[in-house]
Amino acid sequence: MKKRIATVSLAGCFGCHMSLLDIDERLLDLLQQVEFDRTPLNDLKRFTRHCDIGLVEGGCCNEENVYTLQEFRRNCDVLIAVGQCAVMGGLPVMRNAIMHSEDPLRECLETAYLNSDKIYNPSNRIPSDEALPLLLDKVYTLADVVKVDYQIPGCPPSGETLWNILEALLAGRPVELTYEQLRYD
Amino acid sequence: MSDSFKFEIDGVEVLARRGQSIMQAADEAGIYIPRLCDVEGLEPQGSCRVCVVKQNGRVVSACTQPVIEGSIVENESEEILGYRRDLVRMLYHEGNHLCPICEASGRCELQAMGYRLGITQATKYPYLQPVRPVDASHPDIVLDTNRCILCGRCIRASRDIDKKHVFEYVGRGIRKRVGVNGYNLADTDIALSDRAIDLATCPVGCIIQKGRGFFAPIGERQFDKRPITLGILPVKERSEQ
Repeated sequence: MKKRIATVSLAGCFGCHMSLLDIDERLLDLLQQVEFDRTPLNDLKRFTRHCDIGLVEGGCCNEENVYTLQEFRRNCDVLIAVGQCAVMGGLPVMRNAIMHSEDPLRECLETAYLNSDKIYNPSNRIPSDEALPLLLDKVYTLADVVKVDYQIPGCPPSGETLWNILEALLAGRPVELTYEQLRYD
Repeated sequence: MSDSFKFEIDGVEVLARRGQSIMQAADEAGIYIPRLCDVEGLEPQGSCRVCVVKQNGRVVSACTQPVIEGSIVENESEEILGYRRDLVRMLYHEGNHLCPICEASGRCELQAMGYRLGITQATKYPYLQPVRPVDASHPDIVLDTNRCILCGRCIRASRDIDKKHVFEYVGRGIRKRVGVNGYNLADTDIALSDRAIDLATCPVGCIIQKGRGFFAPIGERQFDKRPITLGILPVKERSEQ
C-alpha cells in the first residue's frame, strides 16, 4: 500500500515546499510510492485519513499554528520538522529577542500598527477581526509544542536533502547526508 | 632532539617537544583537534572546551594541557564527540544564532563545527533567546553581540597584538559578555586594520566589517565544500604543496 504524506506551512514562507518541488521529475518517482493527503500541493484543507508521514514547515506564532500542529501530531505516525523555522523558530523568532518588557505583545503590535510615522492607519486600531488567529506571546519551535520525530535543518533544506531523507524513510533505512546536504542556512 | 618524545593520538604515534600543548603537537602532526576559542597567533585560554580530549583517561582541553610523555590521547572517540556536540549545541542555544540572515554564514566556525559534528536533532536544552545589543556606532565596524560565543579571540587580539585593549569580559556566569572600553565602539580607537577586526579573529558573525557582508556567493564560502580544519592539512597533503 502506498504511504500517505501530509504537509503544511505554519509560520513559514513556503520556501521548504518550493524546495520539495525542486526534486523535479523525481516527484513522479515519489508519487509511485506515496499518496499526498492534506497538503497545499493539492489544496486539501483537512485530513481524509491517518497518515504515515507529516512534514511541517515553520514554527508556531499564533493559536491556529498550534491547533494545526496538534492536528498533524494526532494524524501522522512520523512527524518531521522541516527547515530552520520549524527547528529553531527561524526569522519569526527574532520577535522573542525584542519582546522582554512587561506587556511585550502589546508593544509589538503598537509599534507595528500605531506608533510609527511610516504607517497609514486611519482607524488607528490594531486588527482584531474574529477571523484573525490570536498571536502567541512568543514564537515557539515545533519541539516546544509537540513531540517531533525528526528535524531537517536548512533555510530551506535543498531538494536533494529532502529527497535523500524521504527516500531513506520510505525504504526504512538510516539517512546518510553528504557534507553539502547538512546546512543551517 | 633530546627533548622530544612520543605519545599517541587515537592510536597514531605522534612526536612532541617538551612544553608543547596537546594541540600544538597534534597540529604539527597534521591531526585536527576541533576548537573555537583558540586560533593561531593568540595565547590559548581553554574557555570554549570544544577541544576536549582524554589524556590517559582524564578529560582535558587540548589547547592548554601540556603533553605527557608516552600518554594516550583520545580525540575522535564517540564519548569525546558527544561532549563536543553538547558544547556546540549549548553555544547555539545560549545566543541568538540565526544562520539564514547572518553575514558570517558559510564562514562561521560555530556553524562549521555543527556541520562537522553532524548536529541535526532536537536537544533537551531550551533556547535562551537573550536580549543583547547591536553596536553600529562605528563607521566601519558593527558589533552584533547576539552572535557572540564569548571565545575571547577579539579580547586577546586587541590586547596582545593591537595593544589597544578595546574589548574585555564584563560580568560573570550567565551574565558574562564582551564589553568595549568606552561608551560604544565609536568611542574607542579601534580601526579596520586591527587584528581584532580581522575576519579570521571572530569565529562567528559578531564583529562585522561594514560594506563587506555576503562577499562570497553561496557554494563558494569557506566551509561550503570542506569541513572545518582551519588550515591544518594532513602531513601527506602538506608535503605535496
